[in-house]
Amino acid sequence: MSIQFLVHEDGDSVGVVVVEGVKAGQDLTGWVMAEDRTITFKVLNDIPIGHKLALKNLSAGDTVIKYGTDIGKVVAPIKQGEHLHVHNVKTKRW
Amino acid sequence: MTANTFLGYRRENGRVGVRNHVVILPLDDLSNAASEAVANNVKGTLALPHPCGRLQFGEDLDLHFRTLIGVGSNPNVAAVVVIGIEPQWTNRIVEGIAKTGKPVAGFSIEQNGDHNTICNASRKAKEFMHWATELQRVECPVSDLWVSTKCGESDTTSGIASNPTVGNAFDKLYEQGCTLLFGETTELTGGEHLVLERCANDEVRKQFQFFFDRYAKLVDDHKTSDLSDSQPTKGNIEGGLTTIEEKALGNIQKIGRKAPVVGCLDKAEAPTGPGLWFMDSSSAAAEMVTLCAAAGFVVHLFPTGQGNVIGNPILPVVKLCANPRTVRTMSEHIDVDVSGILRKELTMDGAGDKLVEMAIRTANGRNTAAEVLGHREFVLTRLYESA
Repeated sequence: MSIQFLVHEDGDSVGVVVVEGVKAGQDLTGWVMAEDRTITFKVLNDIPIGHKLALKNLSAGDTVIKYGTDIGKVVAPIKQGEHLHVHNVKTKRW
Repeated sequence: MTANTFLGYRRENGRVGVRNHVVILPLDDLSNAASEAVANNVKGTLALPHPCGRLQFGEDLDLHFRTLIGVGSNPNVAAVVVIGIEPQWTNRIVEGIAKTGKPVAGFSIEQNGDHNTICNASRKAKEFMHWATELQRVECPVSDLWVSTKCGESDTTSGIASNPTVGNAFDKLYEQGCTLLFGETTELTGGEHLVLERCANDEVRKQFQFFFDRYAKLVDDHKTSDLSDSQPTKGNIEGGLTTIEEKALGNIQKIGRKAPVVGCLDKAEAPTGPGLWFMDSSSAAAEMVTLCAAAGFVVHLFPTGQGNVIGNPILPVVKLCANPRTVRTMSEHIDVDVSGILRKELTMDGAGDKLVEMAIRTANGRNTAAEVLGHREFVLTRLYESA
């Protein structure tokens, strides 16, 4: 089975698209690497290779988890399957 | 099964190099022209021009000397001709490099002019070339390899695959008794607790915290809004990295899982024993890799996501990449393709083996992509402006 996105571990709020040309509305297959299991998600936006999709609904102020660790805060609401990046997530540092 | 020996140049001080450069080293910006003229006269020598060395003072001057002496002392260098505008600081570099026992000679320009300096330095450089080209590689244990790492133009595939590949290789090289180095102080922001957990003891933890806090204060003192316009870089963001924390957590994958951090070094300081070391450094690729060369490292492992093309004149940079688009569009820059990890076609352990094998082939003499393409970025770190 071909894999279109990867998740570091269970509990992460995001997955990373690892193929080119992902379009809105596509059903994607993901691999949760730590637990070695497969999941599927529908994406709501076009997402470039290397960019992230939200695996759950997130509200402003929520913490984004990747590698099981805090990677920043949500600054605009994000729906499950949407593109998550600098337009809706910011650092908590400096 | 990877080889546990390689063929290297054993230097006068016992260290082992994997390249055999005769370097023409300018003390200062004023001596670049003469150094480049000598390198043009004497084929096979390598000039290392740079824009520094005048009216520096204090810790910044100490770092200048430590970097140039360190680069000249690196075992990838067989012999050195130093050229400076005046004799006193020139001799300070010569004497520093001479402690390794390798051939080194200094020439200064004032009261000689460029022509006489170039003539005299060229005669010495020619003598060094004849001598160096007769040196033979000898069989050495892999434990003699000093291997550094730094990633560049990272993206999310770096944290998923190419950085953990370096980590896997570092675990294996650690078990062979190698000396290993990582740095990039600001790019640990958000994952500094993970490095602290890996420190061998409280003393090392204290050293790491000192360097981390010192850099954080520098950022704080000079930032205008925040660092989000620089860290992550525009290339990182294009590659999908959103915050410094995300970048740092990917970055830290490079130190693997097995080696404790045995000590922390200031910029361009050499380690004093085997194992994994942290060196305080900028995260800018050319600056960091130059500091690794100055600290005595002989092979560098450089994972990239979006395709950083960096090399170094004396420290071979082995480039690995997991982003299938970069591997396709920039193949001439990539030594090891680990994009198979993303497709579940390559295991992390298999990727680590491939990288260790390429590190040893590089040590044996294979020129890296960056070497073949002529990437010789030599960038000295400055701490503050000149007097």
